[in-house]
Amino acid sequence: MPEPVSRRRFLDLALGGGVVAWLGTVLYPVFSYLKPPATREPVATSVKVAKLSEIPPNSAKIFKFGTKPGILVHTAQGELRAFNAICTHLDCTVQYKPEWKLIWCACHNGRYNLEGINISGPPPRPLQEFTVHVKDDEIHVSRV
Amino acid sequence: MSAASEPQPLGRALGWLDERYRIRELLGFLGHKTVPLGPHFVWYYFGGVSLFLFMVQVLTGIMLLLYYQPGEATAHESVKFLISEVQFGWLVRSLHSWSANLMVGAIFVHMFSVFFTRAYRKPRELTWVSGFLLLALTLGFGFSGYLLPWDELAFFATKVGTDIVGALPVVGDFLLVLLRGSEDVTGATLTRFFGIHIALLPGLFTMILAVHLIQIQRQGMSEPEHLQKQPAEKRRSMPFFPAFLLRDLLLWLVVLNVLAVLAVVFPWELGPKADPFAPAPAGIRPEWYFMFMFETLKLLPAHIWIVEGELFGILVFGIGGLLWLLVPFLDRGSERGARHRWLLRAGIVVVAYIAIMTARGYMQ
Repeated sequence: MPEPVSRRRFLDLALGGGVVAWLGTVLYPVFSYLKPPATREPVATSVKVAKLSEIPPNSAKIFKFGTKPGILVHTAQGELRAFNAICTHLDCTVQYKPEWKLIWCACHNGRYNLEGINISGPPPRPLQEFTVHVKDDEIHVSRV
Repeated sequence: MSAASEPQPLGRALGWLDERYRIRELLGFLGHKTVPLGPHFVWYYFGGVSLFLFMVQVLTGIMLLLYYQPGEATAHESVKFLISEVQFGWLVRSLHSWSANLMVGAIFVHMFSVFFTRAYRKPRELTWVSGFLLLALTLGFGFSGYLLPWDELAFFATKVGTDIVGALPVVGDFLLVLLRGSEDVTGATLTRFFGIHIALLPGLFTMILAVHLIQIQRQGMSEPEHLQKQPAEKRRSMPFFPAFLLRDLLLWLVVLNVLAVLAVVFPWELGPKADPFAPAPAGIRPEWYFMFMFETLKLLPAHIWIVEGELFGILVFGIGGLLWLLVPFLDRGSERGARHRWLLRAGIVVVAYIAIMTARGYMQ
């Protein structure tokens, strides 16, 4: 037979439960307040980056893709490639190094080849690749 | 009644207060406190120097508040205005930045001197803990204050620093958004860091500092073990009040002068305004006291076993910090006066690692 709950035990439980519930009602709004509301930004699917003539071979341009930076590389061989310009290591913005023909992150010396693959330094993953279209001398980048 | 026997105004005021608050008890307590003399004596000053530099931080920080305007569109502009238009604005900012750096330096010296003289041993374990918390808050001050001018270096340093927090398992994503105020480092981050830097941290710091100081005043200065073992007639000491306090004040004056020279000769620079759509500049690096961690993150490979390199680094530094906090409790032999040799060796390794990695960071 289960032990009868004493009056003291019952009151302790009620009081303890009350304290926990009270903490919950205080902390829930506090934590909710600290978390900023999710802003509904239009997700850019395609963006016009530049005119082909503006980006000579063996150079690159950082462009705005929605709220994030992207990088368009015109390789020395004349190919156009575009990637998310955010380093997969710790969020810095990468740049193109024409002398090495590589994409480089200055923060922790991470390097990516022109396929966006991490080849040296701390980055753990390749850069996300975008699709490049050229239409009437204008370069458009869109998400794959 | 002769003039000599008439109480001085100061004595009268003291009497008035004593009648109400028994203030002579407190002064009597201070009068009994002594500072042990010995070759280790110089280390006693660094806690006081850290305290002094904190006071400089508070004063110059309040002065900066008169002109600084947080916000993506105004932060960099207001700092630029402050250092170029406001009379002595450059000096106040330079003093604030330099004394922040000197404060971190003084705290490091203070902490390692406490470690190597084992001043943390019983009964001062919790003084070490409160000191550790003050160090953590100081680094938080450094990190949050660094972003406020909203220049290029600050922007990327904050991206990296907050992304490290975001890499933590389970709570990472929540903490990242909590700190940044959005997914990315934006004006919302600046607003949050401003609040953290000028309200949250000073409040917490002042409370823990009060605890730390009360702990020290209550227990007195720790005396190194080899001096404690000496016969009483050989042990020398100096009264804390006023002798040691006056020496403290004199040193504070010297520190203030060093600070002034540094601030004037090497005024703190302001980099170009942060541009979220510019690549991270070459030669980017954090403040010197984060350099050893920064260098470590650079050297770690992309993956260590199944964990990402950065996460591995964060976990190692996290565990290292926790062990450092627990030093008084790890040094189990401390009550008997014995010392774990491994703890001393570990301390030397920690200092050497920080020194070598910091130097490496500056040589590249």
